[in-house]
Amino acid sequence: MDVLVLSRLQFALTTVFHFFFVPVSVGLAFSVAVMQTLYFVKKQDIYKDMARFWGKIFILSFSVGVVTGIIQEFQFGMNWSEYSRFVGDIFGAPLAIEALLAFFIESTFIGLWLFGWNKFSKGVHLVIIWLVAIGSTLSAFWILAANSFMQHPGGYSIENGQAILNDFSYILTNSHLWLQFPHMWFGALLTAGSLIAGLSAIKIMRQKDSAFFKKSFSFSLVLVLIGGLLATIFGHAQTQNILATQPMKFAVIEAQYEDSKDPASLAIIVWVDEDAKERIWAIEIPSMLSFMAYNKFSGDVQGINSIEQQLIEDNGQGSYIPPVLALFLSFRLMTAGALGFIALAILGFLLMKFKRLERSKWYLLIMGIAIVCPFMVNSAGWLITELGRYPWTVYGVFTIEQSVSQNATVGGVLFSLCSFFLIFIVLAIIFILLVRREWQKGPYHEQGHDEHAYLIDPYGEEAFIK
Amino acid sequence: MNLQIIWFILIAVLFIGFFFLEGFDFGVGIATRLITKDRSERNQLIGTIAPFWDGNEVWLLSAGGAIFAAFPHWYATMFSGYYIPLTIVLLALILRGVSFEFRMKMHSERARNLWDWFLFIGSLLPPFLLGVLFTSLVKGMPIDENMTMYAGFWDYISLYSVVGGVAVTLLCLLHGLNFISLRTNGIVRTRASELSNKLYYLLYAGLAIFVLLTIFNTDFYKDKTALMILLSVAIVIISTITHSCVIRRKEAFAFLFSGLSLCMVVVLLFSGLFPRVTVSSIDPSYSMDIYMASSSPYTLKLMTIVAFCILPFVLAYQGWSYYIFRKRVSKADRINNQ
Repeated sequence: MDVLVLSRLQFALTTVFHFFFVPVSVGLAFSVAVMQTLYFVKKQDIYKDMARFWGKIFILSFSVGVVTGIIQEFQFGMNWSEYSRFVGDIFGAPLAIEALLAFFIESTFIGLWLFGWNKFSKGVHLVIIWLVAIGSTLSAFWILAANSFMQHPGGYSIENGQAILNDFSYILTNSHLWLQFPHMWFGALLTAGSLIAGLSAIKIMRQKDSAFFKKSFSFSLVLVLIGGLLATIFGHAQTQNILATQPMKFAVIEAQYEDSKDPASLAIIVWVDEDAKERIWAIEIPSMLSFMAYNKFSGDVQGINSIEQQLIEDNGQGSYIPPVLALFLSFRLMTAGALGFIALAILGFLLMKFKRLERSKWYLLIMGIAIVCPFMVNSAGWLITELGRYPWTVYGVFTIEQSVSQNATVGGVLFSLCSFFLIFIVLAIIFILLVRREWQKGPYHEQGHDEHAYLIDPYGEEAFIK
Repeated sequence: MNLQIIWFILIAVLFIGFFFLEGFDFGVGIATRLITKDRSERNQLIGTIAPFWDGNEVWLLSAGGAIFAAFPHWYATMFSGYYIPLTIVLLALILRGVSFEFRMKMHSERARNLWDWFLFIGSLLPPFLLGVLFTSLVKGMPIDENMTMYAGFWDYISLYSVVGGVAVTLLCLLHGLNFISLRTNGIVRTRASELSNKLYYLLYAGLAIFVLLTIFNTDFYKDKTALMILLSVAIVIISTITHSCVIRRKEAFAFLFSGLSLCMVVVLLFSGLFPRVTVSSIDPSYSMDIYMASSSPYTLKLMTIVAFCILPFVLAYQGWSYYIFRKRVSKADRINNQ
């Protein structure tokens, strides 16, 4: 095993695991803020119960998200120190701003929100949860600003082998950012929405706290629908942007080895030979790829092989093709997942309108099982974004191979990789168990019953006084 | 004053914020195994930091981010050079961070105990390892002409760095104990100040050894004799003032002064290091100074504006959150309102 492979594995592991929790937290923070706003406006207790109950799930996700996020801040320096040297002048700024502007807001106000239910007026407490939601959104914005520079660099010059920032406004107006950020943010709404929907659906099926969970369910369908539609629209725009800025990534997610005909047809399923660099067979929809690329049913796109030739001419010999089948499938998984959820949400609305929701056990069961989907969809999205940039860390400028720490050792990275892996498994299991437990208890569980119980030690003095 | 110097100071300020704030919540975490007899007392202690610890930890993330933005080479050299210690710090912070939430939600006695232990270990290791990191950094690490550090176990661990680690941990623990005295009532309040009182004698010994070793292991006292003597004396004086506050039960002052002594240690290390950011043990000319390590003037200027615009607000709302949760925590208080 070499250090580069291990470091890449670790980066994949830590970012993907972290990103299980980020969309849930971003989406739930917003959802809870909206629930609490409804409570403030409509003054119905059910909205307060909703904010409290889904707030518990939010807190669990937030705490795992926070601790796995600390790794991200450290690992650029630890594993990718040459990258940090090269791009620190540009990349460090949004990261530091993220900490100063977003992390401080989130983490301070989440304490105030969590422990402040009885300390503040309703209005102040509402402002606090909105600040948490805004903080988490800002955090997403700044980290994506940093990532967008890596995807589509600009506003810099190279001096003494280092990238130097000339124009900060480029970082903020990067076209990649303004598609990626809304795409991700609405994706977070979809994620949170489908989590609420799935957990509520099973409860409705079992007829437990039906009123509460039906309310939650209809609320979540709105999130799923809005999130799903807008994430798809921005995703579509992002794909077209990618075609212009990272043609190889576009060609790879379509497994388009040869230059296409005009109009170009879209492959639904393919089998490819990655060594021979060719498609073996494919099921295609005529003209559809042209539509994907240009919003019209004509126009051709460049294939992997000719883009590779061009890259070799520009940058010298090397490997320039990301894993084709993996990214092709990731893209299909992501798209199918999002579209599937939109369809499920529409179906859910219809079932509610015709008052057949509770009787449609099959539908409720599908929604329950579908909880896992957004997590796969989100991971697939990141895989396309990051792995699709191969072999670059900063697209067209700096490679992964150049980025890795010179002093990294196999033993060291193996140690961190294994320990992160183990700790993530533990965190994942406990997270799932705790969400399940909160969910089983439901919203009207006697408040703090079991949390209270252990405040008195059964063997302590107090236990014998009463 | 140029931008590099401003940023060197700002990073010291961020670390001061980190050690002053997270310092006491590390200390409280360590104290959960020292001055409690049962879970309700542990809950009481943790109740004093539960709303704050997360916000406090952001000071570390901000310091890290600021080093990255302002001194990329410092960030790259230090974080890659201290790979293993920082991995352990990360693991400790991960376990600690989730333990606040997990420990309350566990049903079995054994699981609760386990997460209580993680909270303790997660509070103990980071201050120790960060102390080791900073002391070994100022002592000098094997950094070559390409600014790359190739360090092994015995570069991290020396008598000096271990004493440094212990001193920082002890300072955090005392700071935490003083916070507990200030923020709780009942038996733990008394126990905290009693233990704090005793530990100050240990701290005096620790600080004396630390200062002595600093004289022999670094060039601090050769180059900046007057300043270093002044700072060392200040640390000792502040510690004795704190001690007398502890004895006289001036809890608020004890807490502020123990925080101040932590700040002074950061000031001592940073001003000894200045204008360098790393010290090479291979060849002094390989040491990196703030000008070699820094970002471009454009980025530094940008970040200066950002930092000076944001930090006052951070201080204001964090201060407000401490004001909101100013009431003493009793044993019977539920630590989670949800």
